[in-house]
Amino acid sequence: MSAALAERGEDFLAEFARRCASLPGALATREAAARRFAAAGLPTRRLEAWRYTDLRALAAVSFAPAAAGADAAALISALPDFAAPRLVLVNGKIAPASSSFPEGDGVGSFARTPDFALRCVPLAALNTMLAEDGAVIRVADGVDAATLALAHLSLAEAGQPIAVHPRHLIRLGAGARLTLIEYATGQGCYWHNMVAEIALGAGAQLTHIRLQTEATAAFHVATIFADIGAAARYDCFTLGLGARLARTEIHARLDGAGGIAHLNAAQLLRGAQHGDITTIVAHDAPGGASRQTVKSVLADRARGVFQGRIEVARAAQKTDGYQMSQALLLSPEAEIDCKPELEIFADDVKCSHGATIGALDPDQLFYLRARGIPEKLARTMLVRAFLDEAIEGIAHAGARAVLDRAIARWWEAEG
Amino acid sequence: MSAVTETRDTVQAATQSGYKWGFETAIEMDIAPKGLNEDTIRLISARKQEPAWLLEWRLKAFAAWRETTEPHWARVTHPPIDYQDIHYYAAPKPKPGPKSLAEVDPELLRTYEKLGIPLKERAILAGVEGAGTEQNVAIDAVFDSVSVATTFRETLAKAGVIFCPISEAVREHPELVRKYLGSVVPAGDNFFAALNSAVFTDGSFVFVPKGVRCPMELSTYFRINARNTGQFERTLIIAEEGTYVSYLEGCTAPQRDENQLHAAVVELVAFDDARIKYSTVQNWYPGNADGKGGIYNFVTKRGACRGARSKISWTQVETGSAITWKYPSCILQGEGSVGEFYSVAVTNNHQQADTGTKMIHIGANTRSTIISKGISAGHSNNTYRGLVRMMPKAAGARNYTQCDSLLIGDQCGAHTVPYIESRNPTARVEHEATTSKIAEDQLFYCRSRGLSQEDAVNLIVNGFCKDVLKELPMEFAVEAQKLLAVSLEGSVG
Repeated sequence: MSAALAERGEDFLAEFARRCASLPGALATREAAARRFAAAGLPTRRLEAWRYTDLRALAAVSFAPAAAGADAAALISALPDFAAPRLVLVNGKIAPASSSFPEGDGVGSFARTPDFALRCVPLAALNTMLAEDGAVIRVADGVDAATLALAHLSLAEAGQPIAVHPRHLIRLGAGARLTLIEYATGQGCYWHNMVAEIALGAGAQLTHIRLQTEATAAFHVATIFADIGAAARYDCFTLGLGARLARTEIHARLDGAGGIAHLNAAQLLRGAQHGDITTIVAHDAPGGASRQTVKSVLADRARGVFQGRIEVARAAQKTDGYQMSQALLLSPEAEIDCKPELEIFADDVKCSHGATIGALDPDQLFYLRARGIPEKLARTMLVRAFLDEAIEGIAHAGARAVLDRAIARWWEAEG
Repeated sequence: MSAVTETRDTVQAATQSGYKWGFETAIEMDIAPKGLNEDTIRLISARKQEPAWLLEWRLKAFAAWRETTEPHWARVTHPPIDYQDIHYYAAPKPKPGPKSLAEVDPELLRTYEKLGIPLKERAILAGVEGAGTEQNVAIDAVFDSVSVATTFRETLAKAGVIFCPISEAVREHPELVRKYLGSVVPAGDNFFAALNSAVFTDGSFVFVPKGVRCPMELSTYFRINARNTGQFERTLIIAEEGTYVSYLEGCTAPQRDENQLHAAVVELVAFDDARIKYSTVQNWYPGNADGKGGIYNFVTKRGACRGARSKISWTQVETGSAITWKYPSCILQGEGSVGEFYSVAVTNNHQQADTGTKMIHIGANTRSTIISKGISAGHSNNTYRGLVRMMPKAAGARNYTQCDSLLIGDQCGAHTVPYIESRNPTARVEHEATTSKIAEDQLFYCRSRGLSQEDAVNLIVNGFCKDVLKELPMEFAVEAQKLLAVSLEGSVG
């Protein structure tokens, strides 16, 4: 079963062997990552963390590194306007001509100032090994950097699938603030395997809004590591609409007292899409709080996965952890797999999780229909209401508008 | 260990402190040599005068066991188990049935005395003829591996219920055993179930024929007795159409230093409108305060709701064992069938429990309820691990799960690992889990009314477990409440 996975893994190792001399940053880190990746390979379902997501479909594709010079003009002109400075990456590399850097030297490219750590989860190790470029965003102590948009566009020519491994670094100093809107889309068959490393200083606040509308033939894996300092706050929202197989994996670590993590997500999937949202919240310091609301709407033969683990270390007394995952199955062939986990070693804590799975409530539908609302509109209203809890926290008006439009379009196509 | 030391150790029962049930009975044993191979299995089968098909079944299971590896996904750690360093068969020396208590091996009677079994019941347990006609609890006592006595046979026989050691059922009702043995937990199901299938020595067999409501609660006392003798019970309960049976399983074990392996298999089959209630109070030796010794309890329990509207209900109170690895499950096949799992798991000192359930919803309108209460104290780790699966045909199925964990002290761990899978849009699944410590205000309230710290904790813990304890038959509920208190002794400042 894993022969294809092993073979694809070998391809990436061979690519690394060919290109390692020309890749930016510490070679030793990349070599260590390569050793990790060589030992683990592409994850199989035997790995508990990948129990519900099968990468064999990905392994069946032979990816090449992206060639330079792809014409992304059409995709760029279609980018939504978030009324903020933006960084545009095309096939994993920053396109300076299309990007508008904010003033100052806080924002740059990974290719010029590579800064990365060895990450051991298999696909992050692969990224560490092959990352070429990405955004490096640093906000100095006490600075409010307002909003920054980060768009990732992928373009695969017909017949040549590509794999890109962008690497982003986001560091906020003590008391700094930033709203980062991440937007991913593309054309053709590609694998967007991104890693973001986030570090928040004491009292810093990062609002991270992620809109994933990748091409329907694409694969999308985002691995995010967020280290949250004392009294810092990480607000993350992910909307997953695109890709044939998508996985968002967030490792949030509250390592300063009183840190806060909000990890909300919504995914709307149809056809044979597979969407996986995996979160690991590690409470390592006392007095932290984490909140998660994850909603999945699944039509046709779509399959949704939610895995969420809250870990509370012995030192993390007075932790308050809450997690809710809800799924709506709109078709007899849709499937949801949920694994909400608690792993707790401190006694003075309040941790809970809830999970519900079901269809649209026929009573609610009937109620709306009885008031003259057509069935389709009634269903739309109910699904929007279902999603609202995860979405309502998004304060950025531009991002919110884009998100609402994307959901509306999804629903129109659903018909 | 040389044979001489081994014998000496067998004679010298180590009973130092704490564990009330910690003692060892020196009854003459018929012990198979240590180690597991085909010869051991042939020996067990021959000793039990089994038919050829059963030997063949055991050998197949053994082959399957050799192919599988010990599972390590549970959150438990222990030194590697040497499966060749275990006696796989031990039987009390055969004796003709006693006519009165005077003829019963006095050691056996003393064991019952220490267990606090009433005199009349002791006679029944020891198989004294004519004893016991009024009680309403029938006991099939498994003394190490061979059922020493089975009681209430007559009353049950009158109702048409078969309740006997499984070894006897193999001889008396081979067609039933052959039909159902391994039909819920196949011989090669998992590592420990395969081991059990290869070497099981005894256990209970219950058959309730169509339309019969079993006239009394059926009960088995399991005892692990001989030193270094793993116990491999096999229990099989079959409830035909329209029947009801309630089965109680209670466990105590003598204190010893070396860890003991226990790998039981329980299979339940319920047909149309049948109801099986299976209750367990498990209080095997948990090891001493430093985590030395104690029983390794690797159990496979599974019930098949084959018939429409059938119901299987598991209730367990787990306070003992150094390691508990146990997931009583229900396969809800029949339309409208119901599965229930009520569990209290208490761990203290260095105990480790990884327990939960699987509810596999296959049929339409099937329902399941899971209520799990985990209490961790001392340096222990307590994990709930469960699976709820809604299959594509499980239209209108329902599940409700509630897992609550209570932490007492800051050196223990409480973990919740639920798996929820749904492939039917009309199935509804609800899952809730919480983890907390005993609320200060509740403690303060109790203390201000004059309760000691320990009594207050016991009161609150009992309240925390109430939803599960109320599912136990009355006799067990009383014992279980006491057990909770004993298990948590010394865990509060």
